[in-house]
Amino acid sequence: MSYVRDVGALARKDLLLELRARDTLPAMLLFVAAVFVVFHFALPGTPSRLETTGLLWVAILFTALLGLGRAFVPEREQRTLDGLVLAPCDRSAIWLAKSLATLAFLAAAEVVALPLYALFFHSVAGATVLAVVLADLGICGVGTFLGAMAVATRARDLLLPLLFLPLAVPIVVGAVGASVVASPGRYLGFLGLYDLLFAVVCWASFEYVVAE
Amino acid sequence: MGRTSRIPLPLLAAISLVLVTTALAFVFFVAPDDANQGFSQRIFYFHVSIAITAYACFAGGAWNALLHLWKRDPNADLRSYVCVHQGLIFGTLVLLTGSIWAKISWGHWWLWSEDQLVLFLVLYLFYCAYFMLRFSVDPGPQRANLSAVYALFGVVLIPVSFAAIRLAKNLIHPVVFTLHGPNFGGWILVTYCIAQTALLALAYTLYRLELGGKRLDVRLRRLREVLA
Repeated sequence: MSYVRDVGALARKDLLLELRARDTLPAMLLFVAAVFVVFHFALPGTPSRLETTGLLWVAILFTALLGLGRAFVPEREQRTLDGLVLAPCDRSAIWLAKSLATLAFLAAAEVVALPLYALFFHSVAGATVLAVVLADLGICGVGTFLGAMAVATRARDLLLPLLFLPLAVPIVVGAVGASVVASPGRYLGFLGLYDLLFAVVCWASFEYVVAE
Repeated sequence: MGRTSRIPLPLLAAISLVLVTTALAFVFFVAPDDANQGFSQRIFYFHVSIAITAYACFAGGAWNALLHLWKRDPNADLRSYVCVHQGLIFGTLVLLTGSIWAKISWGHWWLWSEDQLVLFLVLYLFYCAYFMLRFSVDPGPQRANLSAVYALFGVVLIPVSFAAIRLAKNLIHPVVFTLHGPNFGGWILVTYCIAQTALLALAYTLYRLELGGKRLDVRLRRLREVLA
């Protein structure tokens, strides 16, 4: 029970920081809108639903990367990561809380991005929304983990996309598949499996990432 | 050091030289021509053997990463790195031989419908990032931990990516080679087994060679530090 409380407290800290500083979320919103405009001009003529669905997922992935890159950078800059590591809680709680906070930012960005996509391009199917929910879990879980890794290196957030994109290929396959086929059950199941598998791996190995 | 140093390196090198030569002889003179693809199908013996060898290297890297995190084995980090490095070298060869085979058989240098090739491309990018990660952290326990965790991610990624790539194809393309196919027996099987053994021996020799060199580097650096 205390684990849940720790996670709650840590996640609340991140959300509170964002509410006061407003660093990440406006940037993500602006970015995703700008990406849609770029896509419109990158696809001359009237792009088909198949093409724009792929672009929607590229936009979501890159917007998520923007948020994930920021997740651990302030901790490092303000030297609060050492404090978090010294806090009397399980270290995996840091990962879980950070993932939940990033998930909240990404979900907030998508609440704006999906209607915007529907307005600019094509309507969004129910299966796509389900795929967005499942893909977000994987993106934030794995991405936060890799963000913690990247911030421990000299290259900082430059490294995150390099580490993250190969691991995100299965997410893209599952998400795009679920968005375009008639019966998306198999793809959604695959996304769920990915989330579960990598959540266990991240949860079990996070303490080695932050251990100094 | 103990276990890995049982066979002396020169003997190991001689064994792999003999094996690779035998494999070459079998591939070119003993194995029969394929009914459909003719002579060019012989690249299969190398392409598939190299791919399996690369997987073995990545698996070895992950196993040593696990030993590092779990047992705190002080040598495991270096072993894991050398395994992944060998895996990347053989991975490059997989992409090259696969590309050549695709050009000869289908007339294109790259085919997205080839599961193994696409999987290797994803893995290749993943393990290239491993090197970026490793070399942007200063040597020490932090670097060992980060590398080990990332190498472990690799073995989770292999089956997941494989499933994903299969899903992405929508099952349009049939599997080209199965070990249970009617064409897989007799001299083909013998030749394949010899080629596979030869490449595994070669990879192990290269691994031992690189590991020996890296350990020498570490000892030299320590001696310099003592002298300085």
